[in-house]
Amino acid sequence: MNLVQLNPPSPDPKTAPPFPAAAKIDLRDTQLRRNIARATDTIQRKRAALVEEKKDWQALRDAGAAIRREALRNLDGYLLQFEDRFQAAGGTVHWAANAAEANRVALDILREHDAREVIKIKSMTTAEIGMNEYLAQHNVTAHETDLAELILQLGGDQPSHIVVPALHKNRQQVREIFARSMGLPGLSDDPEALTAAARQYLREKFLRVKTAICGANFLIAETGGVTIVESEGNGRMCLTLPETLIAIVGIEKVIPRFADLEVLLQTLPRSATGERMNPYNSIWSGVIPGDGPKNMHVVLLDNGRTRVLRDGIGRQTLQCIRCGACQNACPVYRQTGGHAYGSVYAGPIGAILTPQLEDMRHAQSLPYASSLCGACYEVCPVKINIPEVLVHLRARVVDRGRRKLASLFDQERAGMMMMAAIFASSRRYEAAQRLARTAQRTVRHGDAWYHWLPGMAGRWTETRDLAPLPQETFREWWQQRRRS
Amino acid sequence: MRIALFITCYNDTLFPRTGQSVVRVLERLGHTVEFPLEQTCCGQMHFNTGYAREAYPLAKRFVEIFADAETVCIPSSSCVAMIREYYPALARENEDAGMAAAVDSLLPRVFEFSELLVDALGVTDVGAYFPHRVTYHASCHGLRSLHLGDKPLRLLRAVRGLELVPLEGLEQCCGFGGTFAVKNADVSAAMLTEKTRAVLNTRAEVCTACDNSCLMHMQGMLHRQFAGVRTLHLAEVLAGTEDVLG
Repeated sequence: MNLVQLNPPSPDPKTAPPFPAAAKIDLRDTQLRRNIARATDTIQRKRAALVEEKKDWQALRDAGAAIRREALRNLDGYLLQFEDRFQAAGGTVHWAANAAEANRVALDILREHDAREVIKIKSMTTAEIGMNEYLAQHNVTAHETDLAELILQLGGDQPSHIVVPALHKNRQQVREIFARSMGLPGLSDDPEALTAAARQYLREKFLRVKTAICGANFLIAETGGVTIVESEGNGRMCLTLPETLIAIVGIEKVIPRFADLEVLLQTLPRSATGERMNPYNSIWSGVIPGDGPKNMHVVLLDNGRTRVLRDGIGRQTLQCIRCGACQNACPVYRQTGGHAYGSVYAGPIGAILTPQLEDMRHAQSLPYASSLCGACYEVCPVKINIPEVLVHLRARVVDRGRRKLASLFDQERAGMMMMAAIFASSRRYEAAQRLARTAQRTVRHGDAWYHWLPGMAGRWTETRDLAPLPQETFREWWQQRRRS
Repeated sequence: MRIALFITCYNDTLFPRTGQSVVRVLERLGHTVEFPLEQTCCGQMHFNTGYAREAYPLAKRFVEIFADAETVCIPSSSCVAMIREYYPALARENEDAGMAAAVDSLLPRVFEFSELLVDALGVTDVGAYFPHRVTYHASCHGLRSLHLGDKPLRLLRAVRGLELVPLEGLEQCCGFGGTFAVKNADVSAAMLTEKTRAVLNTRAEVCTACDNSCLMHMQGMLHRQFAGVRTLHLAEVLAGTEDVLG
């Protein structure tokens, strides 16, 4: 069977359209919205039930946040400790400042082993650096082995969620993709039939391909361990069968101690998939003769993370353990799905991570892709105050704009400056209230509501009416009452 | 008790009846309401949109005006959340020790309207009469920042004649989010559609909340649809009495 594998370029925040424009297109996709709402509702329900049974859930969140904060505070030390332990156990550590370096390192290792194919464990980090596309350009075929990633790869699609990357597809759509790409016209949409088809397709790869690429959930500084948790067992296949294993890992993924897993392996699976524990928990601490890969590499990726660390408020973003609970809880993500964010990191975490990784030069619409409802913060197992970071990043976007001449003509900015001047004095404020009412009298008759407004306010009246200004303000009523 | 009312800029300008109702309820309970006329805005809109620099003088203004108040009542969860969550951080960022100390001393005296009634004044039955089918919308700031919980519901349950119906998807945002409603108007409308659907499913005549911002948003779509549901701030529901002269 000769399958054409598509490796569409990873979404690039540098060229992606602004969130509102991209969202408008996805909002019209009724099937997508139904799939997203169903999937996120299901995961949220499972998560809520499991969180409910943990009486110490808030303490676990505090402990998780403390562990992650400690790791970030001493990141350099813990990374060096990890490198030391992992190499002492026969592994090799590489340091990559950016995506290009990480891809290059991986390709060099593959070439060293004459590898023309690799099997891959689901990894957002490799998606972040566009690794599949890069490898394809250098004549190496990457086979995704995670069921959802396989669906996306065979369907020429991109992940829309960091844990459940194909949640925007339902099983009828999955059947169609498998039937077409695997040449199985009679395939049913029964989940068992679909997984059996994937299994057969993947087993052949597991047995043949000698090199694997993975990410990591955690790097343990104390033991030099690479931790990977998963639900399907396909990851375990990639971790045990190949001779060479390359892990591409963001530098923020390090945790100080083995014992820290006690906390994080309770909160991560509950938050991510609504499971008490992941079915497969693997920790590789170097090379063990006769068991598993003979060559183990860890590529430590910076790609903007050190810069994020410098921002006192923004740095908490790096506490993230990629559980995706914020995506499931987000009412914005619920409507649009992940693609509208124009980044492999979608939803609330993507809205704060992506613009920071891009040094605020791109993805500037993402901090505004939130109603600041706080549902993300409430579910975050490591207590990242996402609304706080969103507002902080908005200020960074605005402050960047202040230096530009064009900002003088920006409608929003002009409005904000005017309002700030009005609110600075109660006399000016009262005058503005009276002026607005006078202006209203010239355009309106009687008490009719507004169905159309000019400028930015017109976005309101596209779908919503607006009540007219009342005859008297509260303060006028108050003063009148005082007098009488 | 002497209660200083911070009405908030949008209630003052767009929802004067909410303020009148707050005054009516508090006076009915025997308290004295004061209204410092110098007050304007807490700075939330500026701060949340990224104009922290412009928000800071407004925050300082608020703290100066209310520094000596015995108790401050604010009929808006989101403004209370702004003051409680972000004023201390703003003072810190601006390295303003005087402001930081003033905020610390003021915060324990600042209450959202339903908090004031239930926590500070210890009442749930305010003697109200409101013979309508009502559903309650929990605003995000009330729910997650102030943790109002069932305080507004306890107040509503004590209202004579009122039939309270639960709203499905209570913890889901209505999509207002301040400038979000125009900057991401399409997503906001999609969120609002889900919310108004839930409201209509309750067959309530009135949807109430502790925030007129959410209510203005919901009313905007319900009015466009001629849906026959009106929105009223909690204070307006609680202000109603059987006294025809009231």
